[in-house]
Amino acid sequence: MSFLVAPGFWSSGPVGTAVVVGAVAAAVSAAVGVFTVIRGQSFAGEALADINTTGGSAAYLAGVGPLWGFVVVALVAAGAMELAGVQRPRGRDLATGVVLGAGLGLAALFLYLNATTHSTTGAAVTILFGSIFTVDGSLVAPIIVLSAAALVAILAIQRPLLLSSLHAELAAARGIHVRRIGALYLCALAIAVALCAITIGTILSTALLVGPAASALRLTKSPGRAILCAALIGTAATWLGILLAYDSYSWPPSGQGWPVSFFVVMTILVAYLLAGLVAARRRRAVR
Amino acid sequence: MVNAWIIATIVAVVAGLVGFFVVIRGAAFVAHAIPNGSFAGAAGASLVGAGTLVGLGVFSLLGAVGIGLLGRRGRQDVATALGLVAMLATGALFVHVSAAYAPAIYSLLFGEILGVSSSALAPTAALAGACAVAIALLWRPLMLSSVLPEVAAARGVSAFGMQLAFLAVVALATTMTVPVVGTLLIFTLMVGAPAAARSLTARPLRALALSVALALATVWGAIAASYASNWPVGFFVGAFSAACFAAARTWTAWRRRGLDWVIR
Repeated sequence: MSFLVAPGFWSSGPVGTAVVVGAVAAAVSAAVGVFTVIRGQSFAGEALADINTTGGSAAYLAGVGPLWGFVVVALVAAGAMELAGVQRPRGRDLATGVVLGAGLGLAALFLYLNATTHSTTGAAVTILFGSIFTVDGSLVAPIIVLSAAALVAILAIQRPLLLSSLHAELAAARGIHVRRIGALYLCALAIAVALCAITIGTILSTALLVGPAASALRLTKSPGRAILCAALIGTAATWLGILLAYDSYSWPPSGQGWPVSFFVVMTILVAYLLAGLVAARRRRAVR
Repeated sequence: MVNAWIIATIVAVVAGLVGFFVVIRGAAFVAHAIPNGSFAGAAGASLVGAGTLVGLGVFSLLGAVGIGLLGRRGRQDVATALGLVAMLATGALFVHVSAAYAPAIYSLLFGEILGVSSSALAPTAALAGACAVAIALLWRPLMLSSVLPEVAAARGVSAFGMQLAFLAVVALATTMTVPVVGTLLIFTLMVGAPAAARSLTARPLRALALSVALALATVWGAIAASYASNWPVGFFVGAFSAACFAAARTWTAWRRRGLDWVIR
């Protein structure tokens, strides 16, 4: 057993926190991610994730925990995208891109100010690549509350959201406020991305959001089943990543461990390619 | 300082040219993904002791081909997202293993235009020339397949081939611009100014010229502001690009409303 799991894995406090946070983040991003893939808004997710760098560095600057910086700035950015015209499919990418560019500019400024005023040059690496092992145990409760809020919001608007994602005109004809539903969805996306950022760092959080959901949608077309399947894939990937990263402390070259995010992303990528193979084989069997 | 101005001018011209196609193809996500992911190449090059430019070139081309192939079947935006995170995760590993000094990473991500040495001038100019020639050669088929994909296909222009060619041009532009303005902000230049130009005029050549002019104005203004205030160039590039876009949008909306009023 110690060949597979390095000694001390089960009794380590940071590992316990990481396991809980990883599973919660995977569950929320599965629910939000399935709709992100259906709506074709991966870029919005990626943009919100990158803008979280701004949130993280602002939080460092203000001296509060990074989680609150992530959540507040992601919600503000979601509002800005909504105003810049994310709801129209045409020109949507450009509006997202301009908001992203402005956010990154701010991140550059905040990181620079951090480096000059607080002499915390490591902030950039910590925020960008994150480490689930450094999540404070006291953050578990707020993380669970936030996730529950996002999950409830998504499940509550699930049917109108699905209809307005697939057929906006039909939804509008049925009396659904397409724009309001879209804005609510963006808020849930912002929270999910903030949780992912805590887990695997801001610039990799897209992997957890889009990867499991896209793999699940290759396996099943039903949204409910896809959410369950994506949650399973996401949780498995984060746990496997945590386990491998813990084991890697004894690996070459430096003996200081490989990053968790690397293992999580690679596991998700393998899952996506495997799901593609399964889908292709199934299609051939039908023929 | 003079080096910074020359290089920034080259970078802005190339970003304006390539950005024009980014905008008409609606490919902002790819324009974000390739430069961002090529960061892994720079980190890997510093790990094995190769030149930064080589690492960037190899990784941005690999990323372009990977995104092109993954996007052939399945959703384009999902393919782009997964290609991007795969490259970034590799970069995270390289950074971690090489225990790179944090300020080096910061300058890779956000650029170091004021510290450009004169030895960087020649390769940047050469790559910029290659980029401009590639766009001039591809102009007609790329334009056609971006605006009217069905007509292009009927004329025998392969959509996949054009997509790959376009991605390769983006990769080329990335390689030359990343050491100067950083992975995160070249994207801003390739989207902000061209999008503003595109919303001001619908004529291709005029939009192209306007996009180059706006990119130049953004970069020159950003360098001057950064020199005066000592704040990072990246911040001003981001702020000016967003301001450009917002101003162009407002102007267009106002003009359209004026026209409506006349008709009524």
